[in-house]
Amino acid sequence: MVKSPEKVEDDHAREAGKVLASRQRAERRASFEFRALSTLPAALFVVILIVLLVRAWPILQQKSLVGLLLGDVWRPSEGQFGFLPFIAGSLWVTVLAMIFAAPVSILCAIFLSEYARPTTKALIKPLIDILAAIPSVVYGLWGVLVIVPWVQQSVGPALGRWFPFLPLFNSSNPTGYSILSGALVLAVMVVPFIIAISYEVMRTVPRGYHEASLAVGATRWQTVRYVVFPRVAGGLIAGVVLGTSRAFGETMAVLMVVGNNPIIPHSIFDAAYPLTALIANNYGEMMSIPLYDSALLASALLLMLIVLLFNVFAALALRRATAREQA
Amino acid sequence: MKRMTRRHLEELIAQGLMFLSLALVAGSLGWILFTIIQRGAPALTWDMITKTPKGGFYMGKEGGVLNAILGSLYLALGGTVAALVFSLPISLGLNIYIPRKSRWALLVRSLLDVLWGIPSIVYGAFGFTLMLALGMRASLLAGIITLAFVELPIMVRAMDEVLRRMPRDLENASYAMGATRIETALRVVLPQMLPGLVTAVMLAFGRGIGDAASVLFTAGYTDRIPTSLMDPTASLPLAVFFQLSMPYPEVQKRAYAAALILTILVLLVSFLSRWISARLSRYSIK
Repeated sequence: MVKSPEKVEDDHAREAGKVLASRQRAERRASFEFRALSTLPAALFVVILIVLLVRAWPILQQKSLVGLLLGDVWRPSEGQFGFLPFIAGSLWVTVLAMIFAAPVSILCAIFLSEYARPTTKALIKPLIDILAAIPSVVYGLWGVLVIVPWVQQSVGPALGRWFPFLPLFNSSNPTGYSILSGALVLAVMVVPFIIAISYEVMRTVPRGYHEASLAVGATRWQTVRYVVFPRVAGGLIAGVVLGTSRAFGETMAVLMVVGNNPIIPHSIFDAAYPLTALIANNYGEMMSIPLYDSALLASALLLMLIVLLFNVFAALALRRATAREQA
Repeated sequence: MKRMTRRHLEELIAQGLMFLSLALVAGSLGWILFTIIQRGAPALTWDMITKTPKGGFYMGKEGGVLNAILGSLYLALGGTVAALVFSLPISLGLNIYIPRKSRWALLVRSLLDVLWGIPSIVYGAFGFTLMLALGMRASLLAGIITLAFVELPIMVRAMDEVLRRMPRDLENASYAMGATRIETALRVVLPQMLPGLVTAVMLAFGRGIGDAASVLFTAGYTDRIPTSLMDPTASLPLAVFFQLSMPYPEVQKRAYAAALILTILVLLVSFLSRWISARLSRYSIK
């Protein structure tokens, strides 16, 4: 039996309708699933914050916040939890590392985006990627084998001899496991990171700006200084701030070379004990001492809030920069 | 003429400083690699990569770090797969289903930046708390979950970057032909982003394999090769760290060798990612 043409058309239409319906069903389901999943980063952030807050709550309730943050005695077995030595340790190492890393990184980024030929760029960029890929324990090992002895045997004695009047360079710590060692290792670690951000930012300046500047007779450096810099300053600040945040949170490499002594440092040759090292060295084994666990999670919470602060600051710097660019 | 010389002097100084900076950075890299190879290579024996620690290993007797090599690979592989399962839909969702300029997209991206910046030691502490709450012990699974948290923001951000740079016309052409969004996402966008996807995955894998702080509390450490997800698992970064803190020179030398193995693995991942992504990018529309 042969179907009439109308019947065939009907069949086709029904078939097509079915296909369309199933495609629409798939689309609706996918739309729901994808939207739901994209809330995951937000959920993860909130959950981490809540978990840390809940676990840090006991100590936050029993001790005053000021006493915790500004207390300088750390004797968990006697119930004394002063975070100041650790906060100070983190600050010293981070600030010193950024003093080394920021200018070097920005100069490298300027070279890469404004001076380097494509072939040079193709040679240097993989090097920076490698530097970024090296794991932090390897940096730490390098620090232990190279930087610590160097600081101990050469840098320490030399600076002590040349500047005996500067307390910043004098210390009773003869080991070389010091803030300076930590900062040097950390500086090398954050350099590729700051270069990457600064380079990306500088590349956004349109070619025409350079050409206009060079055409009126400016040197390359003048072009960088008067044409490129004002446009990217916000972005560079953001890069440095994010690098600082990264340095602040670095754990293993710093922990291996910084000496881990809970005192408030006064010299770059003193040992320090950063917040991250505090958690890494003590967490997981202190269940018997009351409030110890809560104190360590409070320091994790503190780290997270500091990172959050850095991020907000960097975002604001970037937004101001782009807002001016558009205006 | 005087102004001329001054600005040229400035140019010269600036260039000098740039070369100095570049030399410092390249020099540090060279110095690190040299140190690791010089100290690690003599201690890197066949036993190191084929044997697990035998009795008295931590006093300088026989054995190797196969447990840590395999442990690290398991951990990083598991963490990467777990992170990928969530990262891909999140990044596609952020670029196809949610209006790009919307407040929600902005918020999620900012939070991803924050998550990306959270130190891995904080993830480690969080993972450990989570692990205790779930009644688990330090194990391969707990390590994988914690690593997945660390890797997720790295991966999503890298994928998001790729997707944002993709030409809009490609997507619009697909819609114009009547394709739905999920069809566009899976059959047009996904193949096009493949080279970038590989880079993102390898980047996260490389980060995962070298991360010590997150697995410090959660994966445990053992001399045996894990046979189930519930077994504690050794990892290379921790093998370096623990062996270095032993007072025996023989054991410390093994730490150098373990560091060399770790460095080689990480560089291998980095080169492989470049190579694969270059090969795949031949098939995407320019």
